[in-house]
Amino acid sequence: MATMEFQGKSVEVDDDGYLLNLDDWTKEMADHLASLDGVTLTPAHWEVINFLRDYYKQYQIAPMIKILVKEIGKAMGPEKGNTKYLYELYPGGPAKQACKYAGLPKPTGCV
Amino acid sequence: MAKLSTPAELLKIDYNPPQSENWMDQPVELKPGNFCWGAKGKNLATVEFPNARDWSPVEENWKLPKDWEGTVLEAMADRLSKYRSFKVFMDICVRCGACADKCHFFIGGGDPKNMPVLRAELLRSVYRKYFTSSGKYLGKLAGARELNLSVLKEWWYYFYQCTECRRCSVFCPYGIDTAEITMMAREFTNLLGLNTDWISGPVANCYMKGNHLGLEPHAIMNSIEGMIDDIETITGIRINPSFNRKGAEILFVTPSGDLFADPGTFTCMGYMMLFHELGLDYTWSTYASEGGNFGFFTSNEMAKRLNSKIYAEAKRLGVKYIIGGECGHMWRVLNQYMDTWNGPTDFMEVPKSPITGTVFDNAASTKMIHVTEFTADLIKNNKLKLDPSRNDDLVVTYHDSCNTARGMGLLEEPRYIINNVCNKFHEMPDNTIRERTFCCGSGTGLNASENMEIRMRGGYPRANAVKHVKEQHGVNTLANICAIDRATLSASMDYWVPGTRVTGVHELVANALIMTGEKERETDLRGEPLPGKGGNE
Repeated sequence: MATMEFQGKSVEVDDDGYLLNLDDWTKEMADHLASLDGVTLTPAHWEVINFLRDYYKQYQIAPMIKILVKEIGKAMGPEKGNTKYLYELYPGGPAKQACKYAGLPKPTGCV
Repeated sequence: MAKLSTPAELLKIDYNPPQSENWMDQPVELKPGNFCWGAKGKNLATVEFPNARDWSPVEENWKLPKDWEGTVLEAMADRLSKYRSFKVFMDICVRCGACADKCHFFIGGGDPKNMPVLRAELLRSVYRKYFTSSGKYLGKLAGARELNLSVLKEWWYYFYQCTECRRCSVFCPYGIDTAEITMMAREFTNLLGLNTDWISGPVANCYMKGNHLGLEPHAIMNSIEGMIDDIETITGIRINPSFNRKGAEILFVTPSGDLFADPGTFTCMGYMMLFHELGLDYTWSTYASEGGNFGFFTSNEMAKRLNSKIYAEAKRLGVKYIIGGECGHMWRVLNQYMDTWNGPTDFMEVPKSPITGTVFDNAASTKMIHVTEFTADLIKNNKLKLDPSRNDDLVVTYHDSCNTARGMGLLEEPRYIINNVCNKFHEMPDNTIRERTFCCGSGTGLNASENMEIRMRGGYPRANAVKHVKEQHGVNTLANICAIDRATLSASMDYWVPGTRVTGVHELVANALIMTGEKERETDLRGEPLPGKGGNE
């Protein structure tokens, strides 16, 4: 299993660079993971990351895009509650890319 | 992750096998994009699989247990004595080659070891060495070879490139079921802890939480409530399904992909709209919340363990019978194994439609019917009000899922339904449908993202047939009855035939279904304008 060095500490990641342990995540870690993709996190990015982490705490799984869109819309207004907005923010896909920065595992199965 | 080449690049295929040396002398090369990541130790430990540890196929050291060769050979001896079919399939192949060009992975990739005959030979050669006299004494001359690390790695690479679709078996003059050979090989690799992450993760989830995705009860309900909101927006009707309700007549079980991933969720909305309109006395279970069975891709024993919860829950809730949703391998399990694994189910009754009175004698033993059998019977008895013109912007073709088509012969019902709920339907060419259907290319737990090259190669023959009907008839919609199909065909269509919508059959049903008291619908289940309602017609 791969590891990643960050702030003098070695953390476990899977082969795609997702954190293996939720507890290893910090805000600085999110910035670091984003910087590896050449992304600088803005407050708009953080709105999504914070939502994902809250949802995960409650449901033990990252939300599907449809729920993400709907809930972001409810919480932050219809101008942000649409797929286009989220894909502009996270061109790699809100599920894949944003979950990675949020330190959440990928969902598996018939998906 | 390996970068995926363009379709044009991927199609530069050389079908000529190398002539220079014996295939046995070419060690396997694990090409990035063609295999899945190794299992995580914690997932293997959850289900008490042997040799639970993190491992990676790209590392030289696979962290195998001591005397792994002995473990494999002992297991092989055991399965040979237990399963007559396995013994026969090892012995009777005459290497005629009828299967060679029938595999979607060979067609899309050209790797000779993906000819079903040669893939099976990877295992047969070891069988001959240790279990036949000719192999023992004549060795390579008799097509036999020793089991060693190089052979094991070759097994792992190629048996996790077979989707157990069984298309090759249709063309085998002896009827050798090559999927069963792959199943055996995967059992052996599992005894050494050589599982993949994409399979072992769902297996562990299903064992602990009831479904592959690991959805807990409140997550399932939250997801279904979201669908109910959408249904209300579209139809003006608020439906109210029940969960874990004792005394319901019917238990409904579907793959968890339908609960949590588009476009499966639209199919799921379709089931619920239909059942609501019928006033069906049914319940969801948040425990038996998975129709699929990734255990089936690891070992017979694991598949049996995961399957057992469906009957256990039917018994606990006291239902009369079970309806199963649109899933592929779920139905091979149900049709061919469930009854003898976890039956008899004498606490249930032979399924009888409460709407039409039809008795489904075909499920007299399993007590479980496929939702397309149920719906086709409703339509046949004229019990549904349908407006197929609502699907008029869809030009539909139907992909037979391997397992429902070849594993249980469910060929007519989905077509009958589609033809009643859609006006525009065109079949793909004969040699790519029904019993001869081409696999989606990503079944048996190969639907990960790190192996996208082999998925797209394997998906090519199916996509090519879709492209054909697109050019001939303007087909823009690919219907199917499998959750893995819905996820994986979406990816292969985006790659090979962009602009093709992938849909479950019950999404089409619910689009056409005229519900009592509904408002005039403006959109389909995806929220897109119905034909004539877009303002730009």
